[in-house]
Amino acid sequence: MRRLVVLGAGTAGTMAATKLRRRLPARDWSITVVDQDDVHLYQPGLLLLPFGVYTPDDLVKARRRFLPSGVDLVVDEIERVDADANEVHLAGGRTLGYDYLVVATGTSPRPDQTPGMAEGEWRRSVFDFYTLDGATALRDALASWLGGRLVVHVTEMPIKCPVAPLEFTFLADAFFEERGMRDKVEITYVTPLEGAFTKPVASKHLGSMLTERHIALEADFVVDRIDPSTKTLMSMDDREVPFDLLVTVPLNMGADFVARSGLGDELNYVPVDRATFLSKAHDNVFAIGDASDIPASKAGSVAHFSVEIFVENFLEYIAGKPMAHAFDGHANCFIESGHGRGLLIDFNYDTEPLPGKYPIPGVGPFTLLDESRANHLGKLGFRWAYWHLLLKGRPMPVPTLMSMAGKHAET
Amino acid sequence: MPVTTLDGHSVHVDTEGFLTEYGEWDEDLAKTLAAAIGIELTDAHWKVIHFLREDYREKGETPTTRRVQAVGGVPVKEQFALFPKKPGKKMAYVAGLPKPRGCV
Repeated sequence: MRRLVVLGAGTAGTMAATKLRRRLPARDWSITVVDQDDVHLYQPGLLLLPFGVYTPDDLVKARRRFLPSGVDLVVDEIERVDADANEVHLAGGRTLGYDYLVVATGTSPRPDQTPGMAEGEWRRSVFDFYTLDGATALRDALASWLGGRLVVHVTEMPIKCPVAPLEFTFLADAFFEERGMRDKVEITYVTPLEGAFTKPVASKHLGSMLTERHIALEADFVVDRIDPSTKTLMSMDDREVPFDLLVTVPLNMGADFVARSGLGDELNYVPVDRATFLSKAHDNVFAIGDASDIPASKAGSVAHFSVEIFVENFLEYIAGKPMAHAFDGHANCFIESGHGRGLLIDFNYDTEPLPGKYPIPGVGPFTLLDESRANHLGKLGFRWAYWHLLLKGRPMPVPTLMSMAGKHAET
Repeated sequence: MPVTTLDGHSVHVDTEGFLTEYGEWDEDLAKTLAAAIGIELTDAHWKVIHFLREDYREKGETPTTRRVQAVGGVPVKEQFALFPKKPGKKMAYVAGLPKPRGCV
């Protein structure tokens, strides 16, 4: 009997366990999944929760519901992986031996990593929205806010769902406009990047969307600390941005057990081959989803596309064959732009987001890198697809590898 | 990739002027590159540049400002003092390495 242990039952871990259970005979292989709790959070919904679109109940279900029979779920915290002994030590005292290990424990916001962030004003005038508690507290704060200086801030890249802070900014602009108080709110977008986004063509499109909405951009801003007493963001080069309401994306880091186990880089991400997800240090360890160090977006779409590749490769690998499938870094993200409209971007390691139609070239129904109502409806519809198709390992109507069909190059 | 002449050497650069061939860099070239962006190199600059060169040779990737702090031992705040406004890009430019990958 060979033993596969998957750490993390989020998007990537759940999909991988589900797909591999179908392909690995139960008499030859056990599959065990470990997570610290039994609550699966629909993370894309956290962006819309602060604006009252969803309630917390809409976004959570038991992890167990999405794991097929024949997969054991162990609910416990991970203390440490001993990769030389092929063992996982759990906080409750149990030890799990494995033949193959898949690390899928994601990335988390860490407000404690920026001086002043998690102190006095945390969840009073300083909020995050990538956690259920944070998004809910922010919803309550927005509902009674009378206006002032709203600052939306990104601490450091990479972050989970890199377009989310821009979407939050567009949605906030629309939210205040619809409440008839946009003139009472000054919005500033503060980023460590040179412009609105990472890739040049998208950065130009999204940057002009900020300008049209009268949103100020403070670029190349690397935060040194937050002064909670004066409500000011201070940069490494002594710039200051005052706020009345700060919505920040704290530093994102992989799980602490990754560091304790000596498996991570300086942000606790597991160094892997970017085409196959095999660990660079251990030949029976893989890392998938946000937990790896691949230079792709930390996003559910990347987790989805990469798991499709990983499963095929894993089956070849355990059969002693070369891994013939290579991941291309494909990401595909809806971007909410407010007032019931949205954009869609589609890109990979080598090709930046370009305008065009998707997934059917020339037809759509989605429009790439431009606002449309269909894109927004796609985003809302995706919640159903996530629970009913994606997590259950059923086919999604989009290609795994990126395609150039229907896209226009732009300079 | 375009070829340009710096200090009498022919070097390969990308569209923003970052060297694309690791082996085409030397310390004299670093002084020229630094001068082009208004920086005069001190010992503190050299410490950073040598760390970048060494780390790239091992990892095959331009280190981030966080890595220069965590592994190279130079705090991000000091990197900003040495290479004002855009330390990540400027350090890579002077060290003759590819522009740090735009984190996606």
